[in-house]
Amino acid sequence: MDIIDRRSNPHGKNLENRRRALGRARDAVQKAVRDAVANGKIREVGEGKAVAIPAEALHEPGFHRVFTQGARHIVLTGNHEFSRGDKLRRPPSGGGGAGGGAGQAGTEGGGEDAYRFLLSRDEFLDLFFDDLELPDLVKREIATTETTAPSRAGLSNDGSPSQLDLGRTMRYSMARRIGLGRPKPAELEEIEARIVALEDIRPLSAEALDELEILRERRSALRQRLTRIPWIDPVDLRYRRFAHMPKPSTRAVMFCLMDVSGSMTERMKDLAKQFFLLLHVFLEKRYKTLDVVFIRHAETAEEVDEDAFFHDPRTGGTVVSTALEEMISVQRARYPAQQWNIYVAQASDGDNSPSDTPRTVSLLEEGILPIVQYYAYIEVTGTGAIIRGETDLWQAYRGVAEKNPHLAIRQVSDRREIFPVFRELFARKPTGEGSHA
Amino acid sequence: MTGTGLLYQGADWNFHIIRDCYKAIEEIAEKELGLNVFPNRIEVISSEQMLDVYTANGMPISYHHWSYGKRFASHENAYRRGLMGLAYEVVINSNPCISYLMEENSATMQALVIAHAAFGHNHFFKNNRIFQEWTDPSQILNYLEFARGYIARCEELHGQGAVERILDAAHALQGQGVNRHSGSRRVDLKDEQTRARERRAYEDSSYNDLWRTLPQSAEPHPVTDGERQALRRRFGLPEENLLYFLEKHAPRLAAWEREIIRIVRLMAQYFYPQPQLKLMNEGCATWVHDRIMTRLHEKGRIDDAAFLETIHSTTNVITQFGYEQGATSFNPYALGFAMMKDIERICVNPTEEDRRWQPDIAGNGDPYGTLRHAWAEYRDESFVLQFLSPTVMRDFRMFRLLDDTRDPYLLVDAIHDDAGYRDIRRTVAASYDPSAWYAEIEIVDVDSLGDRTLRLEHRTKEGQMLAEKDMKLTLDALADLWGYRVVLDEIDVPSGRVVASHEAQQRSS
Repeated sequence: MDIIDRRSNPHGKNLENRRRALGRARDAVQKAVRDAVANGKIREVGEGKAVAIPAEALHEPGFHRVFTQGARHIVLTGNHEFSRGDKLRRPPSGGGGAGGGAGQAGTEGGGEDAYRFLLSRDEFLDLFFDDLELPDLVKREIATTETTAPSRAGLSNDGSPSQLDLGRTMRYSMARRIGLGRPKPAELEEIEARIVALEDIRPLSAEALDELEILRERRSALRQRLTRIPWIDPVDLRYRRFAHMPKPSTRAVMFCLMDVSGSMTERMKDLAKQFFLLLHVFLEKRYKTLDVVFIRHAETAEEVDEDAFFHDPRTGGTVVSTALEEMISVQRARYPAQQWNIYVAQASDGDNSPSDTPRTVSLLEEGILPIVQYYAYIEVTGTGAIIRGETDLWQAYRGVAEKNPHLAIRQVSDRREIFPVFRELFARKPTGEGSHA
Repeated sequence: MTGTGLLYQGADWNFHIIRDCYKAIEEIAEKELGLNVFPNRIEVISSEQMLDVYTANGMPISYHHWSYGKRFASHENAYRRGLMGLAYEVVINSNPCISYLMEENSATMQALVIAHAAFGHNHFFKNNRIFQEWTDPSQILNYLEFARGYIARCEELHGQGAVERILDAAHALQGQGVNRHSGSRRVDLKDEQTRARERRAYEDSSYNDLWRTLPQSAEPHPVTDGERQALRRRFGLPEENLLYFLEKHAPRLAAWEREIIRIVRLMAQYFYPQPQLKLMNEGCATWVHDRIMTRLHEKGRIDDAAFLETIHSTTNVITQFGYEQGATSFNPYALGFAMMKDIERICVNPTEEDRRWQPDIAGNGDPYGTLRHAWAEYRDESFVLQFLSPTVMRDFRMFRLLDDTRDPYLLVDAIHDDAGYRDIRRTVAASYDPSAWYAEIEIVDVDSLGDRTLRLEHRTKEGQMLAEKDMKLTLDALADLWGYRVVLDEIDVPSGRVVASHEAQQRSS
């Protein structure tokens, strides 16, 4: 008998098979991912999750008989009430197969209607974004090419002389000299001077002769040591090292603008939040560096952190242009348009004080649209939204959107509509020319 | 040398304990129970590896295919969600016989698994006639290795898609990849590699009329019955083993495609005995571990706590639910174990009833010999027919239903009483008959002089036809492999009438 410990053998024998199964059911997987997101569990997107693939997509056919009519016998266990001749109602489970149909399923075994695959975060997001593309990404071709820049990365023992780190090298040299006990040149000079002095004395006393002998010996020892232990040794040399680090060639900033005035209910904010989250996940995938700026506004606008953005209620009227002004000032201060891809997502219920709307439009058209990659405006509507028709803001934005393809506007009234809207906004366009009416 | 004291205490195990337990168990198995086993190899694995083993039908190696990925996902999920505990063991019918122990098991469970798998199953694999006939345990591991390597090479040469196409189609026909009726040919798994090479040489030198590409003579001369017969003979028709037929005669397949079909066919054949022996195999193994663990306790080698743990886990395994709990079939562990215990009881301590029902074994005083004989010579169907006693039927409270679709009700036509025992036993036995599971499909004709249509028959009864959707997909797969039109007739055997006819054309690959 042998006992073999196989626990340390390579694990994950079935990764390849799993990959193939996912590949085979790609369409179904994609749909499952879409559903998973549409059902509002966006927060979990970051963690990877299980998707259910309908068994249909991975069906393995074979010849097998099914009982549909005729007579057959079935033996069951656990009888404690029947006698011969009893008649039982057929179980309702459908058709002629009834009672024993289940019996056959038992022998067949695999009665699953869906297979669940646990996807890692990357797998999930890859599938999620597979058929999406950021608008106008083509314009910035650098998005895909990675540039590198030399950056200081410690010290090394070799390098070109121009990179010699003198301070470091001397420190090592001194440490070595002290460590190995290299005599100081001054000490040698002193002894040599004494020797010269003694040599000049004549006649030489016996003690002086002895001293001379000792000093000569000492001198030769010191000389030897001085030559053996150099002032600077190759081991002391230190060069500055540079590593080529990938430079984040694409940086993006996402401005989240939201109306937090009294008319925005929690539900509406929640809808808006889902949109922001989705956009965030999406941009995070595409850009190495992604900053998010939250700007909320009622009568006035301010930059806040995420928590306050979503949870801190405000009251008062609505002046949208304040948010746009705030956004422009933040952008000017921190995110120069030449270095950053700028995305703006604005959520509102469409209310604005009438006098402010012209100013909003002009800010948008002149100050913002020229510098941003994309501006998405979603209008979240309450339950009675349909009757309300078009809001002021909607009308105003629509006029701008007709002239500017990278301003997208949509109305959303239910969380289920979030994802379709998102998809539509960012759908891959065959020409790279972004436009939606 | 084997010592006498406790083998271990508590739940922790180490390799010394396993070795000691093995020795103690081996002594009981061989000296007291008279078991005869393949050399054992015990492998300790983690639960994650156990899932892998599950996926590959208990095989340590398998080729890559998406269907395994699917199976893995479903096992993994059931396991993670706690719907399924992992089996404590998996054992491979090979020589040496490999048993997997999970590292999470307690010391008692490891001992139990050794008794169950390394001796119970192992004895059964080695001695049962059907396993002996159908499988070649000494070669299976090598063959798996070959199969995986071969298929991987094919993927490199011909692309994953092309290989997958053949595998998918062959898998669909797996159930028809065995010679059930014409008797088993013991597969010679040796020299597969050389054989693969020789196949090509043989094909170059042989001639197959189906490959004729020269124009036929303008006058289609009438084919006589005699000629037709001769052709059928040459193709060995009728042929129930569809995969075998395709491998040998499909005109359009490349040599590597035939080899892949052969691999699938041989695997199907290797697994063929398992379902028809499941009841006995599990019954045997459960009885053996129960017996051995009891003896270990009696001999003072395990303590009371360990013995209680044994009883607890045995009881879990042999629970049979009644119809009210939704059970629609027998738990093979439960029925198998109950029958083994019952045989033991009849041999040693029979009642009057047993003497009437089992005159040849009742009171023969040799329970172990009787069981060993049964394990060797029977399969589930004949075993039930021979040994299912009134006692077991009563214990399980079995009853029989007549399901006649013309009636609006189900009729209870036999229960566990004198009038019903024989009926019940017959029906239970019949449900273990493999012919009850497998559709009886044969290739009956090849139109080798005409358009090469392949003709199949499904012999069945009205009301027991092939599941429509699967049948269509499978027929498509068959047509793909064959390369030409395929026709499948479903025949009502009693009347000889063709009840349905289906056909499929090969799709362009």
